[in-house]
Amino acid sequence: MAAVLTRDIIKTFGGEVPAVNGITLTVPDGEFMVLLGPSGCGKTTFLRIICGLEQQTSGDLVIGGNLVNDIPPRARGVAMMFQSYGLYPHYSVRKNIGFPLRTQGLPSAQIANKVDWASQLLGIGHLLDRRPRQLSGGERQRVALARALVREPTALLLDEPLSNLDAKLRASARQEIKHFQQRVGVTTIYVTHDQVEAMGMGDRIAVIDHGRIRQLGTPAEIYDDPADLFVATFVGAPPMNLIRHNGGYLGFRPENFLPKEMIVNGGACTEFSFRVDRSEYLGSERIVYGEIEGAETRQIITAKLPPAHVAEESIRPGEWHPYAVRNSALRYFDKDGKRVSRH
Amino acid sequence: MVDIAAPVAAKTVSRFRFIMDRREVLGSVLVSPAVLYVLLLVGLPFLLAVYYSVSAYSIYNPSWRFVGLANFAQIVRNPEFLHTLGNTFLFTFGSQALGLVLGKFGAFLLLRPFPGRRIVRALIILPWAVPIALSTVAWQWMFDSLYSVINWSMIALGIITREDAPNWLGTPHLAMLCIIVVNAWRFFPFAIVIFLAGITSVPQDVIDAATVDGAGFWRRNYQIIMPMILPIVAIGLIFGIVFTFTDLSIVLLLTNGGPVGTTSVLGFEGYQVGIISGDVSHGAAISLFMLPVLFIVVVGMLRFIRRREI
Repeated sequence: MAAVLTRDIIKTFGGEVPAVNGITLTVPDGEFMVLLGPSGCGKTTFLRIICGLEQQTSGDLVIGGNLVNDIPPRARGVAMMFQSYGLYPHYSVRKNIGFPLRTQGLPSAQIANKVDWASQLLGIGHLLDRRPRQLSGGERQRVALARALVREPTALLLDEPLSNLDAKLRASARQEIKHFQQRVGVTTIYVTHDQVEAMGMGDRIAVIDHGRIRQLGTPAEIYDDPADLFVATFVGAPPMNLIRHNGGYLGFRPENFLPKEMIVNGGACTEFSFRVDRSEYLGSERIVYGEIEGAETRQIITAKLPPAHVAEESIRPGEWHPYAVRNSALRYFDKDGKRVSRH
Repeated sequence: MVDIAAPVAAKTVSRFRFIMDRREVLGSVLVSPAVLYVLLLVGLPFLLAVYYSVSAYSIYNPSWRFVGLANFAQIVRNPEFLHTLGNTFLFTFGSQALGLVLGKFGAFLLLRPFPGRRIVRALIILPWAVPIALSTVAWQWMFDSLYSVINWSMIALGIITREDAPNWLGTPHLAMLCIIVVNAWRFFPFAIVIFLAGITSVPQDVIDAATVDGAGFWRRNYQIIMPMILPIVAIGLIFGIVFTFTDLSIVLLLTNGGPVGTTSVLGFEGYQVGIISGDVSHGAAISLFMLPVLFIVVVGMLRFIRRREI
């Protein structure tokens, strides 16, 4: 059964370009779905439509098998975790977590049980009597997650929940959210502009731009087989190299662009003469910037190399070096940016 | 060759040349007019009043004879005074309560965007901005026994007949109601501003979270927004209480304490006794009586705010 199903959702603010421009999406029960896109692409608006904070201009929304177009947020049975968590500053952690249950009018004994369950699950049992301002960023995030999970929602919506954490905490929080999602098995829709979060957590990713889904697929499909130039350049850091070719575009990932001698026991290759401008040593990888001979327009091409295996000669700046890409790693796009099998 | 590092004779600079660059000096200079103002125009009269209240001073017999707390003992034994004290509490808390209710309603009305909102927001401040002497004259006519526009409207609408049209300022309970209403009317724009400031300071994420968590309009209001803005509202209320408790202008202009002293408040009583009757020492004692009362109220409220601080 699909937990969340949308059919051609459109949302217009004030008559100009729609913020959400016809999104049709089916999220099966228990799936971790990531909506990935640049800021202003409409992904947060779409999420707010699902939970009922915004009303769609047109289109249908089905949650847990019920059409909920005209149902207020409190009756939709979804939980949402906000970017800044939206904890209630005047309540203790206990009352924060219990709030969604109190609004349902549950008896207090039952509320206490469920609050205990949720706080044990997230390891915040010792914080129950504190106020939100006495918590660290990571603890606040767990409280917000506990508050979202406590009433066992049909779907859990998360709006950039990690953007307020520092980089180190973010990595562990990513693990945690994924871990709890799998343990509880709750259908999750996760909005982010961070491709690392999307790739690392999503069962499937919907890449959104200008209010439309550009591609829907597993992380591997999104990364290896981008549907168009937008997806190809938005996902991946550094982005896919693109060169004009036969009226269309030829694309290859920086990690597939290697000094020729490093390509061993592979099938057919396409060779390029690569002039290195400069390189960055980042510890686990080396990013090399330069340009290739015979390109129709002058542009920067990047190569991502494993530092331990790179010979000093093949990255010497100012010189031309023989580089190559396996043909299986080449991607072709037509002049409109759509993916094609070959030129 | 030029020797760029040629030693230069150390120039002696006066210690006082950059004296104004020093924070503590410049700060003292800038703050001194305010300190002087407070000392001369607030501190001195206050000390004078304290002395008057423990002396036998009156304008007919300007004696500085010290009489201890005798003046206070006399006023407290006076049933008229106790009545006035009760009136003051009723006037203060009645008008504050009414003003807060009106303020909250007004704030919610002005929160949502509508055409002309900026003009309405500016106009709504008028009761607070217009000099109280002017606006009270208008109210006096509205409550007039013969020309009351309120009575006229009610008669015209058939709510009452001409015979039982109320004499607003001439009936004890109605007169008290009148001064409470006028003061609430004067105070509510301030309450609106306070509520607006409070409500707009609540993060949208918190309100959204409550909405998704299942809270409807009332629950959002009374379990989330109101508790969060309570400290701000309480500060506004402290101001309102202090100003109303010590106020005499509305009573003086509208009812002159009447009928038969039923709308007399402490500020008015102090003015009557101390200035009109010339019994300065008792007038000062009546006025100073407000000090401990307000002190207790304010300290109590501040402690409450502190405990609630989030």
